[in-house]
Amino acid sequence: MIDARLSEPQAIASTCPYCGTGCGVLARTNTSGVVTVAGDPQHPTNLGRLCVKGAALAETVVPTGRLRFPARRVAGALQRLSWSDALDAVADGFRRIVDQHGPDAVAWYVSGQLLTEDYYVANKLVKGFVGTANIDTNSRLCMSSAVAGHKRAFGEDIVPVSYDDLEQAELVVLVGSNTAWCHPILFQRLLAARERNPAMKLVVIDPRRTATSEMADLHLPIRPGSDVWLFNGLLSYLHQHGVIDTAFVDAHTSGFARAQAIADNTAGDLRSVAAACKLDLGALTAFCQLFARSERVITAFSMGVNQSSSGTDKVNAIINCHLATGRIGKPGAGPFSITGQPNAMGGREVGGLSNMLAAHLDLDQPDHRARVQDFWQAPRIADQPGLKAVDLFDAIDAGRVKAVWIMATNPVVSLPDADKVKRALAKCELVVVSDVMADTDTTAFAHLLLPAQGWGEKDGTVTNSERCISRQRAFLPAIGEARPDWWALSEVARRWGFGAQFPYTSAHEIFDEHARLTASGNADAEAPRYLNLSGLVGLGASAYDALMPTRWPVAVDASPTPFADGRYYTPDRRARFVPTAPQAPAGRVDDDYPLVLNTGRVRDHWHTMTRTGLSARLATHVAEPFVDLHPQDALLCGVREQELARVSSRHGDCVLRVRLSGEMPRGSVFVPIHWSDRFASDARVGALVNPLVDPLSGEPEFKHTPVKVEPFAVAWHGFALSRSDDAAELVADAAWWTRIAGDGCSRHELAGRRSDGDWPTRARAMLGVSAADADWLEYEDVAAGVFRAAHLVDGRLQACLHVSPRPDLPSRAWLSSLFGKAQLEPADRIGLLIGEPPARSEDAGATVCACFGVGRKTIEAAIRAGAETPAELGKQLSCGTNCGSCVPELKGLIAEIRARQRVT
Amino acid sequence: MKQRLVVIGNGMSAIRTVEELLKLDGDQHQITVFGAEPHGNYNRILLSPVLAGEKRFEDIVTHDRAWYAKHGILLYTGNPVVAIDRARRVVTALDGLQVPYDRLLIATGSKPFIIPVPGHQLPGVIAFRDIHDVEAMLDAARSHRHAVVIGGGLLGLEAANGLLRQGMTVTVVHVMDRLMERQLDQSAAKLLKAALEQRGMRFLLEADTAEIIGDGRATAVRFNDGSEVAADLVVMAVGIRPNVDLARAAGLHVERAIVVDDNLQTVTDPRVYAVGECVQHRKHVYGLVAPLWEQARVCAAHLAGFGHRRYGGSVTATRLKVTGIDLYSAGDFIGGTDSEDLVLRDRARGVYKRLVLRGNRIIGVVLYGDVADGPWYFELMQQRRDIGGLRQRLLFGRAYCEPALA
Repeated sequence: MIDARLSEPQAIASTCPYCGTGCGVLARTNTSGVVTVAGDPQHPTNLGRLCVKGAALAETVVPTGRLRFPARRVAGALQRLSWSDALDAVADGFRRIVDQHGPDAVAWYVSGQLLTEDYYVANKLVKGFVGTANIDTNSRLCMSSAVAGHKRAFGEDIVPVSYDDLEQAELVVLVGSNTAWCHPILFQRLLAARERNPAMKLVVIDPRRTATSEMADLHLPIRPGSDVWLFNGLLSYLHQHGVIDTAFVDAHTSGFARAQAIADNTAGDLRSVAAACKLDLGALTAFCQLFARSERVITAFSMGVNQSSSGTDKVNAIINCHLATGRIGKPGAGPFSITGQPNAMGGREVGGLSNMLAAHLDLDQPDHRARVQDFWQAPRIADQPGLKAVDLFDAIDAGRVKAVWIMATNPVVSLPDADKVKRALAKCELVVVSDVMADTDTTAFAHLLLPAQGWGEKDGTVTNSERCISRQRAFLPAIGEARPDWWALSEVARRWGFGAQFPYTSAHEIFDEHARLTASGNADAEAPRYLNLSGLVGLGASAYDALMPTRWPVAVDASPTPFADGRYYTPDRRARFVPTAPQAPAGRVDDDYPLVLNTGRVRDHWHTMTRTGLSARLATHVAEPFVDLHPQDALLCGVREQELARVSSRHGDCVLRVRLSGEMPRGSVFVPIHWSDRFASDARVGALVNPLVDPLSGEPEFKHTPVKVEPFAVAWHGFALSRSDDAAELVADAAWWTRIAGDGCSRHELAGRRSDGDWPTRARAMLGVSAADADWLEYEDVAAGVFRAAHLVDGRLQACLHVSPRPDLPSRAWLSSLFGKAQLEPADRIGLLIGEPPARSEDAGATVCACFGVGRKTIEAAIRAGAETPAELGKQLSCGTNCGSCVPELKGLIAEIRARQRVT
Repeated sequence: MKQRLVVIGNGMSAIRTVEELLKLDGDQHQITVFGAEPHGNYNRILLSPVLAGEKRFEDIVTHDRAWYAKHGILLYTGNPVVAIDRARRVVTALDGLQVPYDRLLIATGSKPFIIPVPGHQLPGVIAFRDIHDVEAMLDAARSHRHAVVIGGGLLGLEAANGLLRQGMTVTVVHVMDRLMERQLDQSAAKLLKAALEQRGMRFLLEADTAEIIGDGRATAVRFNDGSEVAADLVVMAVGIRPNVDLARAAGLHVERAIVVDDNLQTVTDPRVYAVGECVQHRKHVYGLVAPLWEQARVCAAHLAGFGHRRYGGSVTATRLKVTGIDLYSAGDFIGGTDSEDLVLRDRARGVYKRLVLRGNRIIGVVLYGDVADGPWYFELMQQRRDIGGLRQRLLFGRAYCEPALA
């Protein structure tokens, strides 16, 4: 008998590294090294639930593709270095440039993926010891408009709402947020709350029809970028209908009259607002009425608001409505910025943006600078805001910044005008990249590469969207020579002679220093900061290790609810109304670029896919980069569903699969952000995005770039599945490709322009099959241009290729499943070249529910057999009963099939 | 008064026509059958398995003497008709017997073609046509070792396979560059050759026989290039010739074979019918069994006085009767500039399939290794079905297409 306790490995609690929801996970590693990750029932955020991405975490903690040791690029090739030599090279390189050109000639570009401790050390090193504020972060692309809006309105970057508030609200307004896909667990909590309280209403404001809007009581498909008109209109409506909380406004705010006047002048009647926002007047009125009568209202917003040339104004237009009605600082009410990254908030707390100092202390205040410099015992302190992300890479391009250290982010993919980022990095004197992955679009430009620890290896804290600090704990040994980022930074500091100020030996020491800085001078009743971790000072190693999820502030007498006392963190302790004059998006459509490009996430991928791209399960929901557009626009552009289209802006172009989902309004197209040059030939949407930014926050306008769409003609479409990862020959023959993780195989979607040459010969070259006696099967219809081949080794499927002039290729799902078989049965062998299981065996179709692997065809069959609700489907097939993120799709399928049945 | 029907020939097409006639009008005819061989009727197609030792002669007999007696048919075996007097409507047999007829059916079949090279009359040189030939080959196999089969067509390969199975070393000599060129394309022929070679058969392609050497019995075959192969048995299987001497002598119109119309009546004399391999219909002469069955049905209907059937010609399909080798071929499998090919190759499984299409219709089929769908393709070809909608599934067989058809 085996003792059951021995087979049950010790669970280590950690925090999911994906979105800003910040769910707790329990990771287990069994004796044979197999990792499993499950939701942590104890974590207050998710109480055990996980979304698809979180549930697939174990599939991504694999050594595949990892950067294992420090390296230098010599004549294009990577040459291994010792850590010591690598750090010498980094330290010498930066010092030389600083000595010659001054501290502003160097920069750091870091990430919301960093832990708070890494972030803290980076920020300290740069602002206090290099003496520049040239440290910016990919959070600039994500929520810097929210930060700027918060600072303008509240005097401090404070998110005044918690997840519990969401559940107590009567009305939740989601603005520019596909929460269902991007923050699934949060959305599930919201839906569960509405289930319990049917009086609760959900309004979704989004130009697109999304999985989120599907579940809304009211969807306002707003004209892209017209949010300020809408919220000015709302403010004006509230004023006209006597919903203003005058007592609150008088006692706790300033600037109402001016903000209201601007609102009245620009959006004083709903009819004009409806026209400006391209909304149905009835729906708009209904929204205003709902908002007016809901005392407990939360307006939650994400990238649709932030990623705009007027993002900060959008944030303030929203906050204005809450201040005007006094719906802030109370349970179930307030404006709520939902962040995209796991530690965007932690970065903000330590000051990891180029216009911040540290611990919510300000760069432009001499006394703050003096306090921080003194606290750090720093030789100098940055006194000017540094370069914000887009400007930073412009400065590199212009040669003003000559050295950059990029940590945990992939700007060649994620920044706007991303081809320019490529050009800039190509001519930068010194590019240092710290990353977990060896081969990314950005590491390709690195002179020096430093291996970072991945999730599961590194140790520290992150803060989620509701100010909750959670531990990320290590449960795996580091891969290769990977070390913590704070260690690498401290080692460079030591080489510069600052060893005494960077004496860290473990994360808890850094956290403690950070906590002390938040407490420093914070007892001052005249100018307190809400960010205060004094209660966590002196935790010690074991208490830090055991730290339970904790929402800040953590200080004696600190109210857990921000602004509950009506006091804000401005000099006069009043909240400020900010007048917001509506502005159209900076990039205007014209005859040459007549469509508006919107960008965003898909459900099962994360950022540039360096991790989610490893999981076959996550690849099934949306396999390829696509451009979604309205069918009428497609007709005008001459592109057809499933075929390829070139989408181009004044900055660059992409080639993408055409999708007509029915979710797009006319005039808008949508392209997901995830695909990099590692995963597709021409799908880096960053190359398209205009580098126009919000003047205050510096956040780029990712949601509005004028583009045109044209057919991308190809001679053939195809796909290949292969056990081998070497796809050089495969993609060499193609004009366009996408790589997709498979289970036991890697998949390439292909399209090509060459129609010469015979396929049997080409296919062998593409799949690297040279032996004449190889076990090779092929099907050819020369006249129709159809070719299919498969290669077996010892009766096991090694690779297959399907080619057709049209994208009418067979389902990849069944063929992929054959890679799991040690021996193909004769029937499978026959099916190989048609891509279908032998007659009668089931093809479940594309996966809809990734948690239980339930396919579309299975679900459709159940609906035809009578299932009327997602719940019934769940009972029968389990679909949608775990993370629930496919429930909108289930609903959609039910509606679709019932509609079809009514027609026929 | 019963109609007198005389049948010249006791082979498969002759007796099938009689059977069809009996089905239609029972005892309206007084039937007399003359056969050159000393047996009842047997299935000539199954001679190969007999040679291969897989069947005995008794297994392939289809109609014994009792059957003829039961149906009141007069059967003369080993006594072929040697003359037809159409004016008097009388036939004369070898032994002088004369039988008058009202209707005459000629089903004399064909005879093997023997290349008239020097030595072709030596003992040990035989054809592969009837049970007598098979018995001669079986005899030779018991006492001799080296066989050469001249002719790499269907019949030659079946003979070679049989002799191999009987323990002889067998060399197949073929004048063309590939086997079964009238049924197979190059790819299928290669697969077939490889499969037969694996069984121990040897091949000499593009080999032109110059002489059969021997003193009292064949000992070797010599070729035009001077090379020789030892042979104490030489089987000539280079083709057949319609057996039309009798008809020609009777003044019937004969081109490559006896010319008949769509009723299988000779164009010369409405009282005289002809069926089988000795017949030329719409320029075609058939050497396979399926057309004979169709001809027999039509001919019998006309003899019975109904004339409700018409023969419009046949599309033929071939299967090789070599155990363990599946091969199916039909129609125009070579194609032309206006035709399109669907091809599937699976070397390891020994499968090759090819469909030749013209205007979305199947016009030819070659299947090797997996012939299960041959008849279905043949049916689609005969029905001239538009397969446009099935095109990319078609070669994977009926099972993959049925749902699409439904």
